[in-house]
Amino acid sequence: MSSSDGNKNTNTEPWGGFDDNMIQGTGSAVIDMENMDDTSGSSFEDMGEIHQRMKEEEEVAAEAEATEEETGEDGEFLGMKGIKGQLGRQVADEVWQAGKRQASKAFNLYANIDILRPYFDVEPMQVRNRLIESMIPIRMINFPQKIAGELYGPMMLVFTLVAILLHGMKTSGTVIREGTLMGTAIGTCFGYWLGVSSFIYFLAYLCNAQITMLQMLSLLGYGLFGHCVVLFVTYNVHFHSLFYILWLVIGGLSTLRMVAALISRTVGQTPRLILCGTLAALHMLFLLYLHFAYHKIVEGLLDTLEGPNMPPIQRVARDLPVVATAAVNAVNVTVKSIGVMLHSQ
Amino acid sequence: MAEVDDSRKPMFAGLSDVSISADIPVEGEINVPVGTPSQDDEYSTLDEPVKDTILRDLTAVGKKFVHVMYPKKSSALLRDWDLWGPLLLCVTLALMLQGNSVDSKEEGGPQFAEVFVIIWFGSVIITLNSKLLGGTISFFQSLCVLGYCIMPLTVAMVVCRLVLLGGSGTVSFIIRLVVVTASFSWSTFASTAFLVDSQPPNRKALVVYPVFLFYFVIGWMVLTFSPSA
Repeated sequence: MSSSDGNKNTNTEPWGGFDDNMIQGTGSAVIDMENMDDTSGSSFEDMGEIHQRMKEEEEVAAEAEATEEETGEDGEFLGMKGIKGQLGRQVADEVWQAGKRQASKAFNLYANIDILRPYFDVEPMQVRNRLIESMIPIRMINFPQKIAGELYGPMMLVFTLVAILLHGMKTSGTVIREGTLMGTAIGTCFGYWLGVSSFIYFLAYLCNAQITMLQMLSLLGYGLFGHCVVLFVTYNVHFHSLFYILWLVIGGLSTLRMVAALISRTVGQTPRLILCGTLAALHMLFLLYLHFAYHKIVEGLLDTLEGPNMPPIQRVARDLPVVATAAVNAVNVTVKSIGVMLHSQ
Repeated sequence: MAEVDDSRKPMFAGLSDVSISADIPVEGEINVPVGTPSQDDEYSTLDEPVKDTILRDLTAVGKKFVHVMYPKKSSALLRDWDLWGPLLLCVTLALMLQGNSVDSKEEGGPQFAEVFVIIWFGSVIITLNSKLLGGTISFFQSLCVLGYCIMPLTVAMVVCRLVLLGGSGTVSFIIRLVVVTASFSWSTFASTAFLVDSQPPNRKALVVYPVFLFYFVIGWMVLTFSPSA
């Protein structure tokens, strides 16, 4: 295919193609395209050179096949083939294709933004009201509760949680050797939000609950408001009792709110129990996890994985003398003090 | 319906006649407009010294720095955006936050990559958010504004390092707190002044919140930075 085209062009002079081709009457559609190729190809000067060299190499091999392919060519020729036939053209084509792919990707991004825009269609007052409502469980079980399908609030809450987690990690002196604190925090928060939403949505599908993925994302996202408040307070005020109270009250309220909304949209005792039990357990445990264990687990894991690789026996052997000397010292001190006491008496 | 179809058919038939038949070669003249030589000289930057080019770009960046410092003149930063200034500020901030933690491996200070990622990822998120809320600002304009508005925080970082040279007691912490708070509010105020005009009026608070969060995180990183001794 490519060889035949190259051959056709090189048989004539580089600029002599016009006359030959113009004479042929009926095939003018083909020939017009080819003329266009030659003229426009010459504007890419370096490409034209490569093209010329390639043609010279191919010329000998192509000459033999030229006639038979040329006959088949007219039928197949539909514009594009003539363009692809030359190396310079091919390179240009690839560049063009890559550019087109990039452009279409960028365009798709913008198209997706337009698709997502309705979910971000909120007023500040609405967001504020929803944040407050996320703390107020509604005891209405017989009729499906309204859940707003909106993503602005949840997104912002997740990012707030990321910032709070970063703060908590920094103040607790977490060291993550592979990767950044930022990545870990983002992964945790988005992982929880998207993962648990999908999981509960899957369960809701199994239990025949009337809820969409969007509503689930919104419900769980606003449920994170309680987490944000609790963690923000307890990362700065270090009282365990305060944390437990806040965990039960604020975390419990936001969980209850989600549970009530889910119950009102599910039918039957067992499905309700499964769905709400799972959600409540996951949500409350996540808060507990973020407060206590998060950085410690990460640190502990990393220490065991890639910390100072010291076998435990050695560590025991190193630790023992310390304990022993401490014990000996303690014994000495007690003996001495007893001696002193006896002596004074 | 049938009547409409009938009436349309001749129209389409007429349209098909208009098309140029394949036998006629397409002809025409192609004129290359020859510009006046004075105009060419004016816009040609090919034969000017490299120093001029660099200086011109640096002047443009410097002018934008001034615009951030006086956020009143709000159009210039948006009209011709560039990402050189943000890159410069971002790298400076990240390098200064890096501190001495390269030498001591145990240091939990912010890594270069972390600062870099926070700044660019955060700007992209804020930009996407403002697009989603119906803002009319273009993507890179917003990135440019957010990047340039880090400058007060970078300045605060320089001040903090200077203060930390003197010592790290309660007094130095209070000085740093004041400086960082001031520069944080400055950054938020400046970027808000540039960005809010392109947003629908009833949603300004929704756009400002992520900006606030973004600069708050950076400001907090600047404040809690302490070089490992």
